[in-house]
Amino acid sequence: MTDHTTDPRTAASARPATASHATETAFLGLGPKDFRLLLIVIALTMLAPFLLNPFPAGSELAQFNAGYPDLMQRFVIFGIFAIGFNILFGLTGYLSFGHAAFLGVGSYAAIWMMKLLTMNVIPAIVLSVIVAGIFALLVGFISLRRSGIYFSILTLAFAQMSYALAYSVLTPITGGETGLQAKINDPRILDPGAGQSLGRANLFGLEMGSSYNLQIGDWSFTFNAGYYLAAIVMLVGFYLAIRLFRSPFGMMLRAVKSNQQRMNYTGLNSRPYTLAAFVISGMYAGLAGGLMVAMDTQVGPERMFWTASGEVVLMTILGGAGTLIGPVLGAGMIKYMENIVSKINDNILHQWFSFLPDGLEDALVAIVYPFIGKGWNLTLGIVFMLVVIFLPGGLVQGGQKVARLFRRNNRKGGGAESEAAKKQPAE
Amino acid sequence: MTKSNFTRRGLLKTGTAAGAGLAMPTIFTSKVWGAAHTGFTNAPQGDTVTLGFNVPQSGPYADEGADELRAFQLAVEHLNGEGDGGMMQTFSSKTLEGNGIMGKKVQFVSGDTQTKSDAARASAKSMIEKDGAIMISGGSSSGVAVAVQALCQEAGIIFMAGLTHANDTTGKDKKANGFRHFFNSYMSGAALAPILAKEYGKDRKAYHLTADYNWGYTTEQAIRESTEALGWETVNSVLTPLTQTDFSSYIAPVLNSGADVLVLNHYGGNMVNSLTNAVQFGLREATANGKKFEIVVPLYSELMARGAGKNIAGILGSQNWDWKLENEKGARYTGTNAFVKSFGEKYGFPPSQAAHTCYVQTLLYADAVNRAGSFNPCAVVEALEGFEFDGMGNGPTLYRAEDHQCFKDVVVVRGKENPENEFDLVEIVEVTPVDQVTYPPDHPQFAGGALGECNPGA
Repeated sequence: MTDHTTDPRTAASARPATASHATETAFLGLGPKDFRLLLIVIALTMLAPFLLNPFPAGSELAQFNAGYPDLMQRFVIFGIFAIGFNILFGLTGYLSFGHAAFLGVGSYAAIWMMKLLTMNVIPAIVLSVIVAGIFALLVGFISLRRSGIYFSILTLAFAQMSYALAYSVLTPITGGETGLQAKINDPRILDPGAGQSLGRANLFGLEMGSSYNLQIGDWSFTFNAGYYLAAIVMLVGFYLAIRLFRSPFGMMLRAVKSNQQRMNYTGLNSRPYTLAAFVISGMYAGLAGGLMVAMDTQVGPERMFWTASGEVVLMTILGGAGTLIGPVLGAGMIKYMENIVSKINDNILHQWFSFLPDGLEDALVAIVYPFIGKGWNLTLGIVFMLVVIFLPGGLVQGGQKVARLFRRNNRKGGGAESEAAKKQPAE
Repeated sequence: MTKSNFTRRGLLKTGTAAGAGLAMPTIFTSKVWGAAHTGFTNAPQGDTVTLGFNVPQSGPYADEGADELRAFQLAVEHLNGEGDGGMMQTFSSKTLEGNGIMGKKVQFVSGDTQTKSDAARASAKSMIEKDGAIMISGGSSSGVAVAVQALCQEAGIIFMAGLTHANDTTGKDKKANGFRHFFNSYMSGAALAPILAKEYGKDRKAYHLTADYNWGYTTEQAIRESTEALGWETVNSVLTPLTQTDFSSYIAPVLNSGADVLVLNHYGGNMVNSLTNAVQFGLREATANGKKFEIVVPLYSELMARGAGKNIAGILGSQNWDWKLENEKGARYTGTNAFVKSFGEKYGFPPSQAAHTCYVQTLLYADAVNRAGSFNPCAVVEALEGFEFDGMGNGPTLYRAEDHQCFKDVVVVRGKENPENEFDLVEIVEVTPVDQVTYPPDHPQFAGGALGECNPGA
C-alpha cells in the first residue's frame, strides 16, 4: 500500500469529522453531509427513468437512451455489487479477485429457491444472501491467511474453481454451460399454479417484469416494478454502507489498510475484522446475484468467470475506491458502455456522418468504428487508463475537481463523498 | 461551503418539480400507450418492423458470428426488395414479394452475445425493451441459444435459433416461442453411424474425447447410442475441459486403450487443437486391432476445417448444409445456388452453414408472419408448427409441431485431401435422408422438457 505516509494525516483529519457526526446527527444516524448524499442518491435512483431517457424516442440520439428496464436494473444491481466490493477493497485494501464467485453462488441459490419453493422473490433473495455469506466465510477464512497479491491469487483461484465446478462437474446442480432457468415442471411447492404454467418472478403478485409506460410528447419513460425493487434494495445497501463507513468498525478496517502490521504489533488481532468485512462484502455480492435472478430468472456459470470478478474491480477503481458513491458511478459507467456503446454498428455511424461528403464520411467511420460496437472494450480500456493516470481517485475525484473550480476559496468544504475520497487514493 | 451542494440539490428539486409537473397532466388525461395495446409485445408501429440479430461478435465464435450477421443483412435486403432476392425465388411458399414483412419495411438491430448467456440475454433484452424488436435470431452456441430462447418465451417474442446443435435446445429446454432450423446431436449420430459402419466396418472400438459441457455430453451420447446400435463398442470416454488447448495428455493413452477409432466431440478451437494433436501423435498412420486407425468429428464446420488445415483431410463428420450441395447432389437441394450466388456477389466468398441457417430462419419468420397475417407471436407459432417447405437448400423440410425442430436431410462430409482453395475444404460423402434421422418427440435423448403455451407477452 503506497499511501502509508499520507494516511495518518488524513486519518487525523477524519477524526473530527466522525466526532462531529456523533454530535450533529441529522437523521437516521447520519451526519448532515452523508444524509445529503443519501438524499441525492435516492433522488437519482427514483428519477432514473427520467434521467436516463433524455432524448425523444424517435430521434437519432435515442440510441444513447439508457432508460429501459433491463439496463436500469443492471445499473443498481451492479451498484450493489460494487458497493459491497468497496467495503472490502476500499476500506481494508484487500483486493479480492474472485468476488464474482459470491455473485454466482447467490444466483444459484436464488434460482433453486424459485424452482423449488416459489417464484416470489423474497425467499430467493434472502437465501442468496445467506448462502453467499456462508461461502464467503469459507473462502475468507482460508484466503485471509495471506495478504497482498497472495490473497488476490487465492480468491481468484477459488472463483475459477467455482466456475469450473459450475461449468461441468456440478452440472446436475448448476445446469452446466446452459445454466438454470425456471421451467414449467418445477415443483414450486408454495405456488398454487405450479406445474401448469411458467411462473414469473414476482413480489406477492407484482410481477418483476411489469412496467408502466409514460408518454410525454415524444419522450417515453418506463417505470418497471423490478427496477424499483432493486433500487430500494440498493438504497438500503447504500445506507448500510454509509453507516459502516462511519462506524468504529469501519475505522478499524481503515486501520488495516493503512498499516496492518502496526495494528498487529499493538496486540490487536485484525483477522476477525477483515473476515467480517470479507463476509459482508460477499453477502452484498450474493444479494446482487439474487436480485439478478429476481429480475431475470436465469443463471449461467460465466457469471463467475474471472472477467466478471475483474469487472467489479474496474467499476470500483473507475468510480473511486474507498468513496461511497464512486463504485455505483463506476458500475453505471461500465454497464452503460457495455450495453449502449456496444450496440452502435457501422450502419448507425454511416447515418450519423451522412451529411459529410462520401470520402470523408467513410474515413470518419473507419476512424470511429474500432471504438464502438464490438470495440467497446477498447473504449473502456482507454477511459480506464485516462482515469487511472489523471484521476487516481476515480470519477469522484473528477467531480471534485470540477466542483473545486467553482469554489476556489473554500477548499476545505466538500461533500461527504469527497472526504472519503481524500482518505483513500486508489491504489 | 455548501453552495455547490445547494445548487445541485436545487437543480434536482427543480428537475423533480418540472418532471412531476410535466408528468401530472399526462397521467390523468391520456390513456398512454393506447396504440400499443394490441395484445402482444412490441407490435410494430408505423411502416417498419424491427428484428434483433444477436450474434457473437467477440469471443471464440466471433468468426461465425460475423458470418451470421452477413447472412442477416442479406436476408433483410432481400426481404426489402433489394438485391436479387436469393432464396426467395426458390422458396416453396410464395408470400415474400420483396415488400418487407406484411408491407412493413424491415429494419434490424444487432448485438454482441460474447458467447455468454448473461451477455446474450442483456443484449436481447435491450433489443426487446429499447429497440422494440419483434423477433430475435442468431447465436452460435447452445448455452446462449437456450438462455435467449427462455428469455424470448418470457418476454413474448419469437426466437429463431441460429447455430445450436445440442439436443437440449429442442429437447429438455424447448420453448413454445423458440424454433430451430439447425440439426442436432441426435441427427449427427443417426446420419454418421451408417456411414461409419460402411466405411470402417461394424466391428470397431471407439474412444471418445468429449468437451466437458452440455453440448459435448449430448453429442457423445448421440454418437455412442447410434454406433453401438450398429455393433460398435465404446472402450472409454474422457471429458476434457473446455479451456484446454493442449490435448497431448488426452491423446497419448488412446493408442494403448485397444480402441481403433477416436471420436472427438469437440467444437471450434477445441476441435482444431485436439485434432492437430491427434495427427501429430501419428494416429492417422497407426493401426490397431489389425485395422487402420480412424478419427471422427461429429460436428463439422467450414471455419473449423480452415483452422485445422490439412489435418482435417480424410476425417468424417456431419454438417447441416454445404454450399456445394446443389451442384453435387442435384436439384433436390434447390435454393443452395441462389443463396450462394447472392451471398458471394455481396461478400466475395461462399457462406458457411451458420450463415445459411440464419438466413433461412429470417425468411421463414417473415413468411410465417405473412401467412399468419399478423405479427402476433402466437399466430406465428401456429403458422410455423407443422410447416412443410422446400427450396431452402436442404430439400423438403418439416418444422415439427411437437418440438419446433426442423427435420431435413443431413450432410455427411469428409475433409478433402487436396483442397483447391480455402473455401473448398470438405467433400460431400453422402446425404442421409430425413427419414433416417427422424426420431419420436419423446425420444429419451430429448426427454424432460415441455413446450408450454405460446406467449404473446403484454
